[in-house]
Amino acid sequence: MAIEQLYTDQPITRKPITPTESLPAVRRPWLLPVLVAGLLATVLVSVGVGAVFISPAEVLTMAGHCVGLAAAPDEMKTAILTTIRLPRVCLGLLIGSGLAVAGAAMQGLFRNPLADPGLIGISSGASLAAVCMIVLELTLFQQLGGLLGYYALSLVAFLGACGTTLLVYRLARVAGQSVVTTMLLAGIAINALAGALTGLLTYMATDDQLRTITFWSLGSLGGASWTTVLALLPFTGVVLVGLPRLAKSLNLLSLGESQAAMLGVNLTGLKRQVIVLSTLAVGTSVAVAGIIGFVGLVIPHLIRLVAGADHRRVLIGSALGGAIVLTGADALARTIVAPAELPIGILTALLGTPVFLWMLINERTRS
Amino acid sequence: MLTVENLTFRTNQRTLLTQLSFEARAGELLAIVGPNGAGKSTLLKLCAGEQKPTAGTIALHATPLSAYSSKQLALCRGMLHQQNTLAFPVRVHELVLMGRYPHYGTHPSPADYSIAEAALETVGMQAFSNRIVSTLSGGEQQRVQLARVLAQVWAVPNGLLLLDEPTTGLDLLHQHQLLDVARQMAQQGFAVLAVLHDLNMAAQYADQILMLRAGQLEAYGTPNDVLTASLVEHVFGLPVKRLENPCHHCPLIVPVPTFSSAFTQ
Repeated sequence: MAIEQLYTDQPITRKPITPTESLPAVRRPWLLPVLVAGLLATVLVSVGVGAVFISPAEVLTMAGHCVGLAAAPDEMKTAILTTIRLPRVCLGLLIGSGLAVAGAAMQGLFRNPLADPGLIGISSGASLAAVCMIVLELTLFQQLGGLLGYYALSLVAFLGACGTTLLVYRLARVAGQSVVTTMLLAGIAINALAGALTGLLTYMATDDQLRTITFWSLGSLGGASWTTVLALLPFTGVVLVGLPRLAKSLNLLSLGESQAAMLGVNLTGLKRQVIVLSTLAVGTSVAVAGIIGFVGLVIPHLIRLVAGADHRRVLIGSALGGAIVLTGADALARTIVAPAELPIGILTALLGTPVFLWMLINERTRS
Repeated sequence: MLTVENLTFRTNQRTLLTQLSFEARAGELLAIVGPNGAGKSTLLKLCAGEQKPTAGTIALHATPLSAYSSKQLALCRGMLHQQNTLAFPVRVHELVLMGRYPHYGTHPSPADYSIAEAALETVGMQAFSNRIVSTLSGGEQQRVQLARVLAQVWAVPNGLLLLDEPTTGLDLLHQHQLLDVARQMAQQGFAVLAVLHDLNMAAQYADQILMLRAGQLEAYGTPNDVLTASLVEHVFGLPVKRLENPCHHCPLIVPVPTFSSAFTQ
């Protein structure tokens, strides 16, 4: 007998089912609207701050002028906004949302709220490849640099991220099934190896190279231009659409792997999709902006505290929250030591660590 | 409904199940009993389609399990696992609704909510609907997980329900309530397979008993036929007396242990 025939919509039940009048209320339904409003406000403020201050009212006038509603604004300020500030803010939005949503999905995949895309070697692989390129100055790299110019480093870093992730995934695929705990352990081992090799290369590097390495590994949105934004947009776009679609499966995975399989989740496919999409998000953002830590770890955790465990809300909330935090942190990074600029990786770690420790302690006292 | 023929399962060069054949019929509760490590949970996993047999066939409604997609199976087969740990602070009503996930796309219908609620009521946990599951006691968590499994197969007329040591951690009332629910599911047309440790509960609730030892089928039949003193002693290595349960007219197994002293002076 076919399944379709077996399954009827007519429930046969021991107790009569009466349709419930009131469906279970979504917890804290204000979260997503608040995040959207916060995002708009952050964008409005952060395009304004810098050496030349542009007030939100002026920004709105410029936006209004674009659609033919307002009078022509100050031309110099418009130029600053469109060529310098706006691409940088857009880059912050893309990277922040990508990192946070990838972090949330990784935590779901590893069934561990403390997991992070860095765990399976994405960031360390990217930095190893980048440091290789900076230090070794191989002919291959130089030819690549000649072809792609500024983007060569980004491309190499992205390939490094993909390479290590693939290696970790392969190592964990014993007997045709990838076991998540093995993947975690393999990730730790590969991370250590990549760290050691990076350290070795750093040791060999000249003073000039060291400066480049340091700047790169601290992370910065300083390289923002419309070209980088457009280069990143399709990747982050795919991730922002793809990962929230896996929310239901990730919810089921939180019950356990066997339990999820019983409810029809294709575990292999789910793991593959989460890993590919996360590598895409984290690899491209490391490639463009260097290593920016803690966004992928802290933001999903904070969203979960407010929104609960449902991945549909956690993933979307994390994307919004990550965009807000990284854009805001970047605005801070380029103003607090003006006219110089603080690497954003320092800032996210400085702000992220206390929040993370607070979460850890809070969790321990609660349980 | 579920036909198992010459089932053998081998992993890591160890044979866990050898040449099992039996049938779980619709309307029957089949209890699987046996000592630790006999292969009971492995058998259940194979019946659930979670693992593939090394040899032999398992057919559900005369179609081999391997011919079903995992989505199709999720619509008609529910399984309660022995261990259920949650990675995130999920609430009770969210957890039970997850049982309905295979049945809807993006948004649950009012019927899905009603079924989740009815399933929660069946296990007597509706008052805890808004609690975070991990803050409940072990037995309460087990009941909520059962509600999730019931919600999954609630509206299916000829489903398969697999319970792996479902009574673990439950108090006396809820152990019996759980097996009562299992029997009622069977009466609705389900085939129910339950791994049980308590032989007397198996005797009281099961229609058929499958007795395993070291991956081999030792006995298969009605409680009256299977639960004989000699067979139980042979399989479990413990001398027992078989009495007649005067209330339920089924066998009553009373252990008569002859252990040596564990503490020598």
